[in-house]
Amino acid sequence: MTSATTESVAPPAPASLRRRNRGDPLYRGVVTALALALPLLLLVLVAELAVNARPAMRRFGWGFLTSSTWDPVAEVYGAAPMIFGTLVSSLLALVIAVPLALGVAIFLTEFAPRWTRKPVAFLVELLAAVPSVVYGLWGIFVLIPFLRTYAVPPLKAALGWTPLFQGVFYGNSMLAGGIILAIMIVPYIAAVSREVILAVPASQREAALGLGATRWEAVWSAVLPYGRPGIIGAVMLGLGRALGETMAVTMVIGNRHDIGLSVLQPGYTMAAAIANEFSEATTDLYLSALFEVGLILFVITVAVNALARLLVWRVARGAAIGSKAL
Amino acid sequence: MNILRLTALTALAVTPLPGQQVQLNGAGATFPNIIYQNWIITYNQKFDNVELNYQSIGSGGGIRQFSDKTVDFGGSDAPMTDSAIVAIQGNVLHIPTVLGAVVPTYNLPGFTGTFRFTPAILADIFLGKLTKWNDPRLAAANPGVTLPNTDILVVHRSDGSGTTYVWVDYLTKVSPEWAQKVGRGTSVNWPVGLGGRGNEGVAATVRQTPGAIGYVELGYALINKMAVGQVQNRAGNFITPTLESVTAAAEGAMADMGPTTDFRVSITNPGGAQAFPIASFTWLLVRKEYPDAVQARELVKFIWWSLTEGQAQAPRLGYAPLPKAMLPWVEARLKTVSAGGRAVWRGPAAQ
Repeated sequence: MTSATTESVAPPAPASLRRRNRGDPLYRGVVTALALALPLLLLVLVAELAVNARPAMRRFGWGFLTSSTWDPVAEVYGAAPMIFGTLVSSLLALVIAVPLALGVAIFLTEFAPRWTRKPVAFLVELLAAVPSVVYGLWGIFVLIPFLRTYAVPPLKAALGWTPLFQGVFYGNSMLAGGIILAIMIVPYIAAVSREVILAVPASQREAALGLGATRWEAVWSAVLPYGRPGIIGAVMLGLGRALGETMAVTMVIGNRHDIGLSVLQPGYTMAAAIANEFSEATTDLYLSALFEVGLILFVITVAVNALARLLVWRVARGAAIGSKAL
Repeated sequence: MNILRLTALTALAVTPLPGQQVQLNGAGATFPNIIYQNWIITYNQKFDNVELNYQSIGSGGGIRQFSDKTVDFGGSDAPMTDSAIVAIQGNVLHIPTVLGAVVPTYNLPGFTGTFRFTPAILADIFLGKLTKWNDPRLAAANPGVTLPNTDILVVHRSDGSGTTYVWVDYLTKVSPEWAQKVGRGTSVNWPVGLGGRGNEGVAATVRQTPGAIGYVELGYALINKMAVGQVQNRAGNFITPTLESVTAAAEGAMADMGPTTDFRVSITNPGGAQAFPIASFTWLLVRKEYPDAVQARELVKFIWWSLTEGQAQAPRLGYAPLPKAMLPWVEARLKTVSAGGRAVWRGPAAQ
């Protein structure tokens, strides 16, 4: 509005200036093209996946999502165990990682001695720089023996009656996969949550403390609710990462096409199956089935992200309405 | 690199003069990658008019790229299927280069010595029908040994692989039940067990899990000094897997193949008193008809060099060399490679 008024009022630019301005449309064209390139790439990606997945879709239909058989010899494919394994291992990772990461973030922003904050935050974020294959090796040689010897026997003794902790524990399992994923996503959730909590205005804390809240109560009732949209965003970022992680998971999860309630049993994830089987998928239908798995993984990841946006938006709106009421 | 490739391509398009650089690109199986790279390096030191490339992208990818003609030769641990060959109008030769073997490895605390497996025992373990290490049938095959009352945990490859193909190809031959329920392929629908990624994944899981049994490629087991079992062969002898017993397997299989073979054969469970029964060729895929004579001749010359001088490198790198008696058979196949309908190579004497 304002610019339009200034334009109409301003005298016409001298010819020399107008000529120099020719750069502007060019610049605009270039950045527009660059901006359009990424969404276009995404569309091409989806189209490519869908086209390649067509033969498997036509052959197996919706049964692909519900069947548990994955038999490359008989050319019968069903992705249910992988979809299940992807969701369960990622949820398991969130269950472990969210309290841990939030604890780290709260400690670093509210309680840690000032001089320790930077180094500890740096070390936590360093976890994100470790290559996933290293996590996988660590999982095989350190985590799994530890789980087998020290962690799972007491777990089974205490919770063996629930379906979640039944069956023989071999080491490679959904539990091991979930823990590895949790360690991998903690730095993401912790780093973003820390920034979010830091951004909460000091007045929020001061008000809570002024009302007689303890420091813990101030964090719980004033700081965290204020930062909730940001924290949910952080969690979803971690979830997105967990859904797509491949190498570390395939090294510890057991790679078995099976659906079981027990986290002690081996499982499989979609990303792991694609990485494992793609290079030796010799027949067209086999390849097509793997493409369809990729498409499903893509759809699930997009759905999770959309859900996250929706959640953040609703929470943020809720907060705004809440503040208006105050 | 790109400029080199470009010049090579343009050179090829206009029939290169002798002495010009010839570029040969290949892709495929990962198992023979180490020896192929060694061959390429050694060969290039002697003949610098050829630039060879081999990318280890997996047998499946190798067959696909070879069929699409994006590479000049392919590598595969499993022979191409009949339908795949029909799809490229039969324009392929399978040339064996070295031998590999797949061996059972296990983790049995307190057990020293070498475990002995019969074909039926291996099949039933991997079918999930034999579940205890002290099963009477295992005891019968290993007399005079006390076996622990431990559960058997099967560990298999989770990634599609030629190693799996050889292993299940053997089980398919020795067990009708395996043939009917599971069958052969680079990955299969395993009745029981955990999947480990790569030889190293299987090895690590076996090593970490008491009572586990898995299968790894022989060279990997030798280099890492793993506990490997003996397997009973067709002649009834329990054979320790070694490079010699693997070459013996190919010798034993020659009787079944015959001199006019297309080499597209599985040599698991062969005859021969000293043959280790779970062995296999790895193949180079070569076209019968090439568009360019110079390129085709250089490729055949390289392959012939690999099969003769190059074989000396095999044992050191963990591969079993081909039996010497097989060379004339391979030579006959290589002589059929042609360009424009004319043979490009008349044999080692005319080279």
